[in-house]
Amino acid sequence: MSPPLIKRREIVANSWRQVADDEPLPDDAPVLVSWARWTAERAELTRRGTEGLGVVVNAAEITPEELGRDAGNFGVIAFEFPAFADGRAFSQAALLRTRYAFRGEIRATGRILPDQLHFLERCGFDAFELPERFDPERALAIFSEFSLAYQQARDGVIPVMGRRGQKQDVREPTQH
Amino acid sequence: MYVYDEYDQRLVDERVAQFRDQTRRYLAGELSEDEYRPLRLRNGLYIQRYAPMLRVSIPYGLLSSAQLRVLAHVARRYDRGYGHFSTRQNIQYNWPKLEEVPDLLADLASVQMHAVQTSGNCIRNITADHLAGVAADEIEDPRPWCELVRQWSTFHPEFYWLPRKFKIAFSGAMQDRAAVMVHDIGLYIVRNDAGLTGFRVVVGGGLGRTAILGAVIREFLPAEHLLPYLEAILRIYNLEGRRDNIYKARIKILVKAMGAETFAERVEAEFQHTRNEVPFDWAEYRRIARHFAPPSYDPDAVAGSGVVESLRAQAPAFDRWVTRNVKAHKVPGYRVVMVSLKAPELPPGDCTAEQMDLLADLADRFSFSEVRSTHDQNLLLADVRESDLPEVWRALDAARLATPNIGTLTDMICCPGLDFCSLANAGSIPIAQQLNDRFSNLDYLYDLGEIQVKMSGCMNACGHHHLGHIGILGVDKHGLEFYQITLGGSATADACLGDRLGPAIAKSEVAECVARILDVYLEQRNEDESFLNCYRRIGIEPFKSRVYAEVTREEGSDVATAD
Repeated sequence: MSPPLIKRREIVANSWRQVADDEPLPDDAPVLVSWARWTAERAELTRRGTEGLGVVVNAAEITPEELGRDAGNFGVIAFEFPAFADGRAFSQAALLRTRYAFRGEIRATGRILPDQLHFLERCGFDAFELPERFDPERALAIFSEFSLAYQQARDGVIPVMGRRGQKQDVREPTQH
Repeated sequence: MYVYDEYDQRLVDERVAQFRDQTRRYLAGELSEDEYRPLRLRNGLYIQRYAPMLRVSIPYGLLSSAQLRVLAHVARRYDRGYGHFSTRQNIQYNWPKLEEVPDLLADLASVQMHAVQTSGNCIRNITADHLAGVAADEIEDPRPWCELVRQWSTFHPEFYWLPRKFKIAFSGAMQDRAAVMVHDIGLYIVRNDAGLTGFRVVVGGGLGRTAILGAVIREFLPAEHLLPYLEAILRIYNLEGRRDNIYKARIKILVKAMGAETFAERVEAEFQHTRNEVPFDWAEYRRIARHFAPPSYDPDAVAGSGVVESLRAQAPAFDRWVTRNVKAHKVPGYRVVMVSLKAPELPPGDCTAEQMDLLADLADRFSFSEVRSTHDQNLLLADVRESDLPEVWRALDAARLATPNIGTLTDMICCPGLDFCSLANAGSIPIAQQLNDRFSNLDYLYDLGEIQVKMSGCMNACGHHHLGHIGILGVDKHGLEFYQITLGGSATADACLGDRLGPAIAKSEVAECVARILDVYLEQRNEDESFLNCYRRIGIEPFKSRVYAEVTREEGSDVATAD
């Protein structure tokens, strides 16, 4: 069984199977394929529908335009972080949500830190696969370290500027 | 100045709690050294040569007296009784203990201060003209815009993991006192023909290994578009800036590789989207701007200015100080008092806890309870009545804060160098000491006139050496400290980078080398010609031949210079 996933701030089982490029596709489970496999087997993969197809990308190797153009084919877009300091996927996710209106799951995998979850979520990520040595239960608490934000972002939190205008009470962030 | 509301305060408090937990997890082994490093850096904490170094943010250089007293308290309680003001208007402490930093931050938060984003690959403290709001040549006070950008950039989720550090500076005046041209983004307030406020936007300036002046990508950006435009620039940089080589990761490299024109087109295209995505509200601007309304100046202040002239006639020391350290103010009867942190016996930019307390008291009594830091590592009292100058001078002088050397050779910019910094190749403070010892004669300094010496202990250029009229860069040559001299740099409106004089000079020769450069200037200058203008007229050759010919002949040694 694959490691647990944090999805919309809950720990859930990861039902998506990441398949290698030379591995046959299972019929019974939704799959995550590489971008290379997607481009090579586009016609066949499209038949799985968004419920059954996701893609794993490295933000360094793909432009937001390429990703945005094809995003409608996927139920999951997973950004694999080559290093936690590589911030490109933050912009990619923000663009997927705002410019390309992607409504599926945006997942962060690879070398991410629990301390980044709050920022990732604000950019539009809603699923997180932490490296195994981090306890997902404890990571959940990190989401709530900041109860406010200055910027308008993709998590629906009313920015401070808006609160000042409306003088309303702090609300919990709304979910996608 | 800007005062936090409940939201600003809560965010800073939450960051303190977050950092406390991050530090606890690191000390408990839950976070590795590599993982903790970028987290602590985003809170200004470096591990330095001897101890951690904590850099505390002073947004656009503005401090209340209450904040300055807490900075003094921090120096006493957590450090060795002093702090160091940096070229980005911040203050650094060189000796805090890692375990105590969360408590230190909580003390800072009690007066609306923090160390947020003073380091790390994110948007750093916003800097500005230190004479904002009081300069006669000002078009508009940039500080409300600085505060707006401070808030926008604080914990910006998309731009917290950039390819490299990112510095933004503002100027709202005709003269550039904030070195705007050497920032990742430089913003000059301008007015268009219709009288509307906007910004001239400069990108890709920077010092360090590849020193370069920024390129203008927008001549007039309407003010209300500032945040979406910044968002467009940062997004392109975040997506396309290089991450494979730390020395090529600044936005200046991207702008250069793409070409400024292409970069500008990309920004404009992205801006067409962000202008509908990033909110701006004039009501929020006005809310912030109210905090920067002019203080209640005394309309009768002009009446008391006679005492200054009479004391100047009697006391030459006071006269020297007024000439050198007191600057014009846009309101009649008021002056700006520069507080020199360049006393000859102390490292440039250092300030003791006692000095900070005294300045806080003086600010309360004479300058509307505010103090400012400048990018050339001094402090200032911005709103002093002329009639109060004698009393302010006596108090500053007694505290070694009235060295009458502002704008002279000994008003040097100097990084911490090898004495503290783990990046440095060579010492900076010992060179400052050498120059102070050699050039202690005030009449000589005044005769030289306006001259800026800037030195860095390595090519990261924290001491802005490229911008010095005389720049000094420490380099390591086979384990020995050598110094590369540049001439003709300038940080002001006619910004330019200095030219390399020749092979690096041995440590013991630096003051002698500078003396020879000054000799050439004194011999060649036309009447009132400044060092910079003289250099621009006669070029580098006369300086080069004097420095190297004589060094070689007198020393007869092959270690005097190296390359």
